[in-house]
Amino acid sequence: MNIEGKKQIWNAYQKEIAENDYFYARSCIRQNFFPASEVAFLRILREELHKNIIDDPNHTTCTGIGYHSDIVPFDTIQTVVARQFSLMTQAGLEHMAISCVTSFGIYTEILDLWHHFPEQLEKIREYLYKATKREFNLPKNIAHTSDVIYKFRNEIAEKAKYKLVNKQTGEPLNVVEHIGCHYAKMFPTKGVGGAEFPQVLVGMIESWGGNVVDYPERRHCCGFGFRNYLVQANRGYSISNTKKKLESMKPYKPDFIVANCPGCAMFMDKWQYTLAEMEGVTYDENGYGIPVLTYEEMAGLVLGYNPWDLGLQMHQVQCESLLDKMGIEYDPKAKYLDKNGNQMPLPEKPSCLKV
Amino acid sequence: MIDVLIIGGGIAGIETACSLQDLGYETIIVEKEKTIGGHLNDWDTLFPTHRSASEVLAHYTDETRKRALTIYLNTYVISVKKQDDGTFEVHTSRDVVFRSKAVVVASGYKLFNAERKEEYGYKIYDNVLTSADLEVKLKDLKGEFKTPTDKVPERIAFIHCVGSRDEKSGNHYCSKLCCVTAVKQAIHLKQLCPKAEIFCCYMDLRMYGPGFEEMYREAQEKYHIQFIRGRLSEVGENSNGTLQLKVEDTLAARPCKIQVDMLVLMVGMESAKSTELFAQSCGLKCAPNRFIQPLDHHIGSNLTNVEGLFTAGTSIGPMSVFDTVNHAKATAFAIRDYFINTAR
Amino acid sequence: MRNFGFSTTKSRTIDYGDIDRRLISYILENEPTFNACLSCGSCTAICSAGNLTSFNIRKLSLQIRLGDLEKTHEEIDKCMLCGKCLLECPRGINTRNVVMLIKKGLTIFEIKDKA
Repeated sequence: MNIEGKKQIWNAYQKEIAENDYFYARSCIRQNFFPASEVAFLRILREELHKNIIDDPNHTTCTGIGYHSDIVPFDTIQTVVARQFSLMTQAGLEHMAISCVTSFGIYTEILDLWHHFPEQLEKIREYLYKATKREFNLPKNIAHTSDVIYKFRNEIAEKAKYKLVNKQTGEPLNVVEHIGCHYAKMFPTKGVGGAEFPQVLVGMIESWGGNVVDYPERRHCCGFGFRNYLVQANRGYSISNTKKKLESMKPYKPDFIVANCPGCAMFMDKWQYTLAEMEGVTYDENGYGIPVLTYEEMAGLVLGYNPWDLGLQMHQVQCESLLDKMGIEYDPKAKYLDKNGNQMPLPEKPSCLKV
Repeated sequence: MIDVLIIGGGIAGIETACSLQDLGYETIIVEKEKTIGGHLNDWDTLFPTHRSASEVLAHYTDETRKRALTIYLNTYVISVKKQDDGTFEVHTSRDVVFRSKAVVVASGYKLFNAERKEEYGYKIYDNVLTSADLEVKLKDLKGEFKTPTDKVPERIAFIHCVGSRDEKSGNHYCSKLCCVTAVKQAIHLKQLCPKAEIFCCYMDLRMYGPGFEEMYREAQEKYHIQFIRGRLSEVGENSNGTLQLKVEDTLAARPCKIQVDMLVLMVGMESAKSTELFAQSCGLKCAPNRFIQPLDHHIGSNLTNVEGLFTAGTSIGPMSVFDTVNHAKATAFAIRDYFINTAR
Repeated sequence: MRNFGFSTTKSRTIDYGDIDRRLISYILENEPTFNACLSCGSCTAICSAGNLTSFNIRKLSLQIRLGDLEKTHEEIDKCMLCGKCLLECPRGINTRNVVMLIKKGLTIFEIKDKA
């Protein structure tokens, strides 16, 4: 492996990421599966990096999952996206920071479409106006929120309390990075580092002391596949894709997986439980599974945030092994306390995957 | 004023100069590198006979010496300007301005930069080579053949059409020589590593020349090279440094995974950058594939849209040594016709 | 093991490291011309059996190379041994001998149908 060759490619794919003043576009599913990741993102931006970011409660889903499952028509999703732009315009902002890779793909695709077919843009302006009396400007810059964290990775490194290093051995942690398909596969120039060797997560991992695992199925889809997951009978396709990835990364003994896409992080985490229940397999040496983090959780851990405030207790694969490796102090008794200190109900234990 | 200035001291340029000398014309050759022979210097053997490239090179070096051809080395052309009287003024990296009655563009080709196929991991994964790298490796071979990570290869794959017939790489055309080069190199490696399994992944096999089909059959039958009809889509590296290839076996209509110790990318020919630059300076027309557009594909492939400006060899498109030598000889006759007609 | 209403799917990908090469090696040892196949399909276009059944000698050649011996066993007896393919092959592959070698090889390696 020659890192210089990768650097050449990375140099060819550096995109413009706004410096400040973002309009935040939340994900519709992340708040269920990784409930504190978006809170952590806002905290990092506001408290650590002192940036201005507007989180507007009027913002809605982009309807991307419905669109990719043939439920939401194309004109409808364009109008929904136009409404988000109108909220951004209303807030006096010009930069979008988009939390979800599906949404990021949708926004990128729609802006590209409007660029090539201005009449379509005019039609959508009319639809939005008729429906809501709203008007909008196009954003000057759109970035995925992992782009934003990537941009400020060195600032975060300066404030880091922990490194992605095994405290006992002093060796860097082996990290598998997984990029959502719609981050750069449709528009390679819109992703940091392009589509073949994306740098967005690699940049964070390396800046924070970790070692990136480049395994053969690195570029393979996590298996979400929208309708292929949504229809129960088709979920075998979805889980088989994840299985292919897990099998391919297993020999590298990764300490954890980090993903920049809501669906990917969810499937790589939850399917480990399902595979364990269905087939009795786990993908680490000790039967606990490989922890899966979002990049905000990874940044939060590096910055020394309380793991339970980051919502790690909500993961399927438990993260204590990773916390121990990094030397992060935590209170095991506080794992299932709510924010007022009351005990929450304890989750059931899986029959195969150890917790 | 000299009769003919030839841009490029590869086999096309030298062959043109020799033929023109035989016809009684005076020539000079301008070569940008420090030696003559062009790409042939970096090649080990030639298809379809596995003859050593240095033998052919030696022939041209001898001819150059015997005939006392005038060659300016380390000299690159900046511009070619046609004068009102029909002669040419050629500006180069040297201080002197060359004047000639005719000019031959024999500036050759450049090889596709395989780094542009990012998904193949050239210059990233250690065991990915280009066909040109392999020639150099074979040329310098001492002892046993080993992969870049120092292993006697058990499995090797050749990938045809790298940067050819690939609009995303900017090259829609077939480079025509890579197929037979792959077959030649596959046989050569099988001879060096008899235990190795060798795969050629192709889209179409174009065995257009004399002796090529015979070589292909020999590769199949005698050397058991496995030809898989399918284009490589992605390369990954395994923890032990071997490579994982993803190819469809399109005849079986099944996706395939092949683990190999070494991967050879058959890079195609592209128009040389310098050709494009001075073509602009003198209004030379280039074809959509960026090579120089011949005036007439069938009966005037040595002529261009600028009268008195001729081509020889791969400045008009991919050519083998054999094609190049013939094309260059024909150029000399085309120039003679031109001189006879303009003198009248 | 729990049932979630779906199951994992075995990969359709052919792994060249896992191919059963017994039959192909046996055929090539005894009939080296078999490797010269261009997959042109002229054998199949003219095939007496292929006209009436799923027998496809071109495909069979690929299946043997990819080590699908059970499938080969299922198919091979459909051949009527007329020899038209032998007449037609542009590369002069002795297809008749290939068919006989397939039958022999399947017996030697004790290959049976899936059923």
